[in-house]
Amino acid sequence: MSAGKPRTLFDKIWAAHVVETLPDGTALLYIDLHLTHEVTTPQAFEGLRMAGRKIRRPDLTLGVIDHNIATDASRYTGIVDPESRLQVETLEKNAAEFGMPLIPLLDKRQGIVHVIGPELGRSLPGMTIVCGDSHTSTHGAMGALAFGIGTSEVEHVLATQTLLQKPAKNMQVLVEGNLAIGCSGKDITLAIIGKIGTAGGTGHVIEYCGDTIRALDMAGRMTLCNMSIEGGARAGMVAPDETTFEYIRGRPMAPKGEALARAMEYWKTLPSDPGAHYDTVVKLAAHEIAPQVTWGTSPEDVLPITGVVPNPEEAKDEARRAQLRRMVEYMGLTPGQKLTDLKIDVAFIGSCTNSRIEDIRAAAAIAKGRKVADGVRAMVVPGSGLVKAQAEEEGLDRILTEAGFEWREAGCSMCLGMNPDKLTPGQRSASTSNRNFEGRQGPGGRTHLLSPAMAAAAAIAGHLADVRDYQPKGSL
Amino acid sequence: MQAFTTLTGIAAPLPKANVDTDQIIPARFLKSIARTGFGKNLFANFRYNPDGSEQPDFVLNQEPYRKAEILIAFENFGCGSSREHAPWALLDFGIRCVIAPDFADIFHNNSFKNGLLPIRLPREICEKLMEDAKLGGNARITVDLERNVVVRPNGEEISFSIDPFRRHCLLNGLDDIGQTMQHTTSIDSYEDKQRQAQPWLHAAENRL
Repeated sequence: MSAGKPRTLFDKIWAAHVVETLPDGTALLYIDLHLTHEVTTPQAFEGLRMAGRKIRRPDLTLGVIDHNIATDASRYTGIVDPESRLQVETLEKNAAEFGMPLIPLLDKRQGIVHVIGPELGRSLPGMTIVCGDSHTSTHGAMGALAFGIGTSEVEHVLATQTLLQKPAKNMQVLVEGNLAIGCSGKDITLAIIGKIGTAGGTGHVIEYCGDTIRALDMAGRMTLCNMSIEGGARAGMVAPDETTFEYIRGRPMAPKGEALARAMEYWKTLPSDPGAHYDTVVKLAAHEIAPQVTWGTSPEDVLPITGVVPNPEEAKDEARRAQLRRMVEYMGLTPGQKLTDLKIDVAFIGSCTNSRIEDIRAAAAIAKGRKVADGVRAMVVPGSGLVKAQAEEEGLDRILTEAGFEWREAGCSMCLGMNPDKLTPGQRSASTSNRNFEGRQGPGGRTHLLSPAMAAAAAIAGHLADVRDYQPKGSL
Repeated sequence: MQAFTTLTGIAAPLPKANVDTDQIIPARFLKSIARTGFGKNLFANFRYNPDGSEQPDFVLNQEPYRKAEILIAFENFGCGSSREHAPWALLDFGIRCVIAPDFADIFHNNSFKNGLLPIRLPREICEKLMEDAKLGGNARITVDLERNVVVRPNGEEISFSIDPFRRHCLLNGLDDIGQTMQHTTSIDSYEDKQRQAQPWLHAAENRL
């Protein structure tokens, strides 16, 4: 990188973390924060043990238990599933043996790894952050370079605090204008993925820019960055600004006083320089985005809630026609059917995409003074113990339970079908999670991705519904 | 890691785009703390009926594809979750090479770390290889990493490109960590500099 050349946010963070460039251009990249959880680490610790290696920087490593656990009261009496219990106990044993800080399961700070990092003030601007989980891109909302890695790379970071990486290309997603009523960060990200496709960002790091993004709160930015991976990009980022700094101030693990002042001075140098080069630019007008919902089994198969199920026979080529036929069949749909006519069995509000206090407020605002439709199971799963406590302090749990929602303990829950919260075959869910893949929420389950407000509206209507028809009854 | 040099074997056709890692190995099978044993649940939602019996229509339940060592698929193979259980499941089943027009980034990285070779070839060529694969046991495909070629059953050679560093590691079965550890002095001096420039990254209040 020649001096004076305008650089992007990504270019700057990348350059600041290159320990060494190998002859073929691969960089040895320093990692400032390594988050770990129970699912993608056991084999990495086993590798360390077999090679007689240690964690190089336990103080830059933080573990939490989130994927496997039940989100009902059963966690207080011990994990029932023997395999889940073994995986959780293995993380606890490894943390003790290797000196890795671990948030205990029953600690009030326990939660989804991508919720707790920012919430505790551990994920900060300018950092490189990795975790054995593709939704690590979430932390990019802080103005960090954050991406998911596999278990071999987890082992590599544990042993060396570095990763071997090839530089990524820069993609700018520019969103401008006022977001329409009823829309949120989730609707923006779904609209983006609908536009670029699930491989649109492959090989790129996305920087979200424009006044619409600037106006989003940190939770909205996290939702947006979270789903960058669903657009094929390994990372998504938003340049740090006053909103970011305001969010960081006073968080328990964030720098304070003199240290914070010095950090902020640096963080203010991070935003992309005017004239910085992006390899790919995608533009969206915020006012054109209507509340979004996926209809198929890939996040790119998304439509405004006013849409109808597409006709596979109208697709451009046979491969796509076959793919769409399979989706329509799997999802139990009829071409031409209105999305708002699709009856749901389950509404799930939670996951690393949408389980923050702002998300729960958005759901509660719609739920207040209304009732969940007969035959619908509606569940709200806060992203962390701290989110849960705050929501309870604000009385959101009462609003939700009075409306008929289940109010649960923090965890990944029904996002991924590896803990007791699962769909049964054929069940249809309105879900605030991030993937609508076949079987993602349980074998045979049918997932429609949408925002927390849209999920709450669907729970009340008993079918997918336009949140704009469910205006809040009074304030929270 | 097992080295990859050349491989001649049966290729299974999976003519689908966006084969995500939840399809390759569903999350409910990720609870093992071992690296092995995932092969029986490879593509579980397609391979088995809810009662556990085999779905005869699925390619890997058919002869000769039960012994497939190569998989041919379409765009964006391995998208979704970062789970390394996906390459582990493929390898445990016996598949050592996947050929597709492109791969999702994390899956692509994870494959190399385990001796599973992902080869990118244009869609038209993948379509030809898909037809070859459909011929079954008499149509073996060769993947020669030393010469960077795929050899079709009719003898036609198709060259592919691959990152030289990753190729070197695969050919020699090298472990990344051992190589990185040779750079420990550079990592030490990077840390010293960062500690001066950005002390908050190393501060005690970061601790739990």
